[in-house]
Amino acid sequence: MAKFHGSQLDRTFAALVDPTRRAILARLEQEGSVSVGELARPFAIKLPAVMKHLDVLDTAGLITRSKKGRTVAVRLAPEPMQEALDWLRRYERFWSASLDRLAAYAEAEEAKAGVEKKQESTA
Amino acid sequence: MTSLTLVRRIAARPSIVFDALTTPGGIARWWGPDDGPVLLAETDVRPGGRFRVRFRMLDGSEHESTGEYIEVAKPTRLVMSWRWTHGGEPDEADEESRVEVDLRPLDSGCELTFTHSRLRTDASRASHEQGWSGALDKLARHFATGTGGEP
Repeated sequence: MAKFHGSQLDRTFAALVDPTRRAILARLEQEGSVSVGELARPFAIKLPAVMKHLDVLDTAGLITRSKKGRTVAVRLAPEPMQEALDWLRRYERFWSASLDRLAAYAEAEEAKAGVEKKQESTA
Repeated sequence: MTSLTLVRRIAARPSIVFDALTTPGGIARWWGPDDGPVLLAETDVRPGGRFRVRFRMLDGSEHESTGEYIEVAKPTRLVMSWRWTHGGEPDEADEESRVEVDLRPLDSGCELTFTHSRLRTDASRASHEQGWSGALDKLARHFATGTGGEP
């Protein structure tokens, strides 16, 4: 848990909130390394706006940028997203397993109540 | 909107499920993700009343959570605040989240809808737009399959 501190998680979630940034991540996930110019092309926004989104993703640790000559290559850094998912999954596992046990217990209680009712009516 | 929703169909009437959710004897039978024991369960089931539950997992770790009942409408709805006070998520020791349970009667029992919301309040504040968790899942599936592209 040591490196899994709260502010990192908040940065990850804040970065993922924006649909443009999610689209950028999805594209990087599929294509590996993409230049900034290529990334900006599908969006109806100007390059500086895309750069701002990339800054947010970079601060959150979700991408890396490397300069080669005049182009900047962007790559996905999936680790923070994995951590965010792991965090959510821990809650899901806790409640999912608990609710399965709750259901089994309640159904056993229902069966018991049903049997008692039957015995009453046949008595 | 950092939240988690789970739905279960249960072959038991709502009042039985409601009691399982709120009585110490009931809670002792299911609370926790594995077969480790519930060590303590206290409930004061009325708006403003509190609950406290402590359980031990099979790996030996102990976890405790506490909170306040906000809405109590037996046998169909229960809302409570939630806070880890021991173990659980250390990052969230001071964070209060919210648990809502709705029980809808069916012919053969009931449908339970469980929502744990307001997780990570800072993140929630930032997320006025919807859909990140779905997107997150989609990306996660990509990573999990390792195909890195459309199927």
